[in-house]
Amino acid sequence: MTYVASRVVRGRYLDSVSLMRVSQSLSALEGVAEAAVMIGSDTNKRLMRDSGLLGAEAEAAQPADLIVGVRAENEAAARAALAGVDALLSKRASNAAGSAIGHARTLAGATKMLPGASIALISVPGEFAAAEAAKALRAGLNVLLFSNNVSLDDEFALKQLARERGLLLMGPDCGTSLLNGVPLAFANVVPRGGVGVVAASGTGLQEVTTLVAHGGGGISHGIGVGGRDLRDEIGGITTLMALDALDADAATTHIVIISKPPAPRVANAVLERIAKSAKRFTVCLLGQADIALPSNARRAHTLREAAELALGVRFAPDFVARTALPQNRRGNRVRGLYCGGTLCAEAQLVLLGAGEPVASNAPVPGARAIDGAMPDRAHAVVDLGADEYTRGRPHPMMEPAIRSEPLRAAMNDPATAAVLLDVVIGYGAHPDPASVLVDAVGSMPAQRPPIIASVCGTEGDPQVYSRQVRTLESAGIIVAPSNAHAAEFAVRVLHSR
Amino acid sequence: MRRPPRAMTPDLLHRPIEVVNVGLAGFAQDLASRQVPVVQVDWTPPARGDATLAALLGRLAASEGSIVPANAEALRRLLDGEPVLVDVQTAGDVIAGLGERVILHAGPPIEWNRMCGPLRGAVAGAIVYEGWARDLGAATELAASGAITFRPNHDGGSVGPMTGMITRSMPVFVVENRTFGNRAYSTINEGLGKVMRFGGNDASVIDRLRWLRDVCGPRLGDALRSIGGISLGPLIARGLAMGDEMHQRNVACSALFLRAAAAAIARGGGSSEDIAAVLQFIGGNDQFFLNIAMAMGKAITDPARGLAHSTIVTAMCRNGTDFGIRVSGTGDRWFTAPVEMPQGLYFPGYSEADANPDIGDSAILETIGLGAFAMAASPAVVGFVGGGGVAQALDYTRAMADISIGANPKWPIPLLDFAGVPSGIDVRRVVETGIAPAINTGIAHREAGVGQVGAGIARAPLGCFDAALRALAEQERTR
Repeated sequence: MTYVASRVVRGRYLDSVSLMRVSQSLSALEGVAEAAVMIGSDTNKRLMRDSGLLGAEAEAAQPADLIVGVRAENEAAARAALAGVDALLSKRASNAAGSAIGHARTLAGATKMLPGASIALISVPGEFAAAEAAKALRAGLNVLLFSNNVSLDDEFALKQLARERGLLLMGPDCGTSLLNGVPLAFANVVPRGGVGVVAASGTGLQEVTTLVAHGGGGISHGIGVGGRDLRDEIGGITTLMALDALDADAATTHIVIISKPPAPRVANAVLERIAKSAKRFTVCLLGQADIALPSNARRAHTLREAAELALGVRFAPDFVARTALPQNRRGNRVRGLYCGGTLCAEAQLVLLGAGEPVASNAPVPGARAIDGAMPDRAHAVVDLGADEYTRGRPHPMMEPAIRSEPLRAAMNDPATAAVLLDVVIGYGAHPDPASVLVDAVGSMPAQRPPIIASVCGTEGDPQVYSRQVRTLESAGIIVAPSNAHAAEFAVRVLHSR
Repeated sequence: MRRPPRAMTPDLLHRPIEVVNVGLAGFAQDLASRQVPVVQVDWTPPARGDATLAALLGRLAASEGSIVPANAEALRRLLDGEPVLVDVQTAGDVIAGLGERVILHAGPPIEWNRMCGPLRGAVAGAIVYEGWARDLGAATELAASGAITFRPNHDGGSVGPMTGMITRSMPVFVVENRTFGNRAYSTINEGLGKVMRFGGNDASVIDRLRWLRDVCGPRLGDALRSIGGISLGPLIARGLAMGDEMHQRNVACSALFLRAAAAAIARGGGSSEDIAAVLQFIGGNDQFFLNIAMAMGKAITDPARGLAHSTIVTAMCRNGTDFGIRVSGTGDRWFTAPVEMPQGLYFPGYSEADANPDIGDSAILETIGLGAFAMAASPAVVGFVGGGGVAQALDYTRAMADISIGANPKWPIPLLDFAGVPSGIDVRRVVETGIAPAINTGIAHREAGVGQVGAGIARAPLGCFDAALRALAEQERTR
C-alpha cells in the first residue's frame, strides 16, 4: 500500500537539471518510493499523472509553478518528503573542488592553466619518469625529477636535452631544491642570503642550508643535481650548468658544492669551472681523498664544516666537550639509524676519522659493507632510506615509524654503547617525527643506552625546529646542534668508557 | 644533425617559481600553502598502462615531422569554416543516391538485424511515411527482408539526431560552408514527446512529419532564401555567451534563430494560420536549433577529411549499437566499438533499465568543440552528471582541451577568460591520456516509440581511438 501526496510551490522556477536533482534527492529519502519535482506545464502534469505522482491538489498548477509529487510507503513519509523540498530547492550546489589548487590531466593541460610555469616537479613511478621529464623539457620547463629508478642512459639523454634548451634537469632521485626562496619537495624554510648550494644529495643540501640558517646566514638558491650527476656517464652536466647559473647570479656570493667523490674526469671539469669564477667556493666531497683545489676554493670534510666555511663562523665548538656524558655507560658499539643518506655518510666519516671501524649498508670509502646481520667488530651505521628498506614502503622521512623496530633491536643489544639518529623535518617530511621517535623510546626499558640525535630543520619549518628538539629532550634524548656534532659526541661516549 | 652549442645559462633563477606538479599531491599542497602558483597534474600511466599502445604512440612520435603540419592544416580548415544556413530543400533533391527505398540513419553502417529498438521503430515509421508499406507491420517485414538500403548519414553529407532518419521526401536544412563551398544537411527537429528520432512511429509522428514536409519546410526555405541565409558562426558565439552548448541546451540559439527568421517567415507565402503554426512550433521547441547546429558541424568538418598523416577526428557518431569515428588521415574508414550507456538523470517513472545505449549523429557537435567540450559555457547542463557546479563544468572543458590540439577563437567561453572552445580532437592525445571525449546527450527509451526518458553524458569508447591509432601507426610504417 502506498500513499501519494503532492504540493504546488507557486511562482518558482528552477532549471530542469536542478529539478531532476531535487527529485533524485527526494526519491532517496527513507520510505519514499518515487518523487518528482517539475514545472507545472500540461505535459509535465500528464507525465506525473501517468506515473501516479500527481495528487488532486496539483491539478491546478500553472507553468510558472513547481509541482512536487511523492509516492511513499505511508502518509508520514510522504509528508516529510514534501516538507523537505524547500530546503532542497534553496540549497545551492556547492563547489565540489573545495581546494585552491588547479587540477589538470596532462602536463600540456597544466601549462595552459599556468602559462607562467617555470618548473615541473615530477614524482611519477620511475619507468614513466623519463618520458614525463622529456615532455616537460620540450614544453620549456625546468625539471626537478624526484623519481628514482631512471636509467643512466635516460638521465644522460634528458640532461643533454635540457642543456640544449638552456633548462636545468635536477635529478633523477633529487629530493630537494630551494629556488628563489621556494622550497621544492623535501626542503626547509630558510632565509634568503648569499650562499648558493649545488648538491648531488638531498639531505646534504638540507643539512647545509639549515645550518647556514642557524648560523645567521641565508641561501640564494639550493640546486639539487641528482646523486649520479658527477659520475663519468653523466659528466656533471647539471652541476656545471648550476655553477654557471650561480656564478652569474648577483645574489650569490659564496658557492657550496656537495657530492660523493666524483669521477676524476668530472672532478677536473668542475674544478676548472670553479677556477674561472671570481666567487669563493666550498667543496664538500664526502669521503674524497685529498684533492688539489683552485685558490678560490676550500675543502670541507663534513656538511657542518661546509656551512661553517660558507659563513666564516664556527658552530657550537664546545658542544662535544661541554655536554654531560650519560650515566649508564655500557657496550662498545655505536648503532646509527638514519633517514638521510648523506647524514648517514657524514656520521660514518666522523667515526672513521676518529679511528673507529665502521660498517654500513651504504658504506663511504673506508667503511665495510654489511648485509643483513649487525657486524660484531664495527660500528653499524645504517641508511634506512636505502632501497632494501623502502621497496614497497614509504621513505622513513615520510614514515619514521619504520625506524622503531631497528631502534628496539639496538636498544636491547647489550653491545650498544649509543644510538645515533637524525630527525629530518621541513616540507615533504612527516608532520611530527620527534613524537614518533619518542613514542617508540617510551616503550623501552629505562636502562637503555643513550640516544644522540640531531634535528635537520629550521624554526620556519611546519614542524618547528625548537618544538622537535623539546619533544626529543623530554624523552631524555641528547640533541646535538648538527649531525656532525652528534657523531662526534658518540665518539666521546665511546672513548670515555 | 648538428647539436646546438651548449652554455645557455639557465634563466630559472631569475624567473618567478611557478610549478607544475606531476605526481605526489602533497608537494603541490606544500607549495600552495606558501602561495606559490601550482597546478597539480592528476597523472595516470600513458595509454592506460598498455605497453603496445604506448609503443605505437612512440612510433607516431617519430613521424611528428609529417603529422604536426597535417594536423595544423586540419585545424585550420576546422577553424576557417564559414557556415551559413541557406535553405530548406527536399532531401531527395540534394542528397546524392537518396532514392526509393533508401534510408539514411545515424551512426556508422549497420544491418537491420543488429539495429536497436528505437532505430528499428524509426525505420518502420519512415517506411510508412514514405508510403513504401501500408502499415508498421508490413514496414518491419520489408525492412527485415533486405529490400531497404541502409546507409549512414555521413555518407550522404548529412547528419541526424538520435535515430537520424532521412528519406527522400523529408525537408532538410542546407548549411553551406562559404570558405570551402561544401554543403551539409539535417532534418527539421520534431520537438519533444513522441517523435521519430526517438523511434516513435505512430500516426501522430507521421502526421507531424507530413506537416513539416508540406507546411513548415517550404515556409522556412522561402524565408531563408529571402534573407540570403543566416550566418551561423556569430549566432553560435552569442548562444555560448547565453549559456547554450548547442547539444543538450539550445534555448538561446533557438530563440536567436526565431528572431532572425520570424519576419521573413511572416512575409513569405501561406495562410496566417500556417505562419502562426510554424512560429509556434519553433517557439515551443527548446531544441529546435539542434539540427541546424549539427548540419553546421558536418559542413565544418567535411573539408578537414582525408588529409594524409593527420590524426584529427573528423566525425563521431553512434547508431545505438556501435560508436564510430572517422579520422582525417584515414579517410572514410570507420573505427567502431560497442556504444556505451549514457550516465544521467531520468524523467519520473524511468530509470537506467529503460535506457537505450547512446545513439545519434549529434556527437558531430563535440567534434567541432561544442556540446560537452563547451560545458564551461553552459554550467546549467553539468548537473546531468550529478554533484558538480560551475567548477565541474570548467573541468569538463579543460579535460577536453587536453585531447584537442587547438581552440576556436571565434567561439569564446566567458567563464574561461574568453578562451575558445577546444578544437581538433587528436587521436594520439585521447589514447595517451585515456580521456574519452565526453558527449552531452538525450537518452532514448530502449523500446521503439516511447521517446526520450532522460538526459546525460556519454563517453566515446576508447576502443575506437585505439583502433584508429593502430591504423595510423600502420600507415606511417608503410609510407
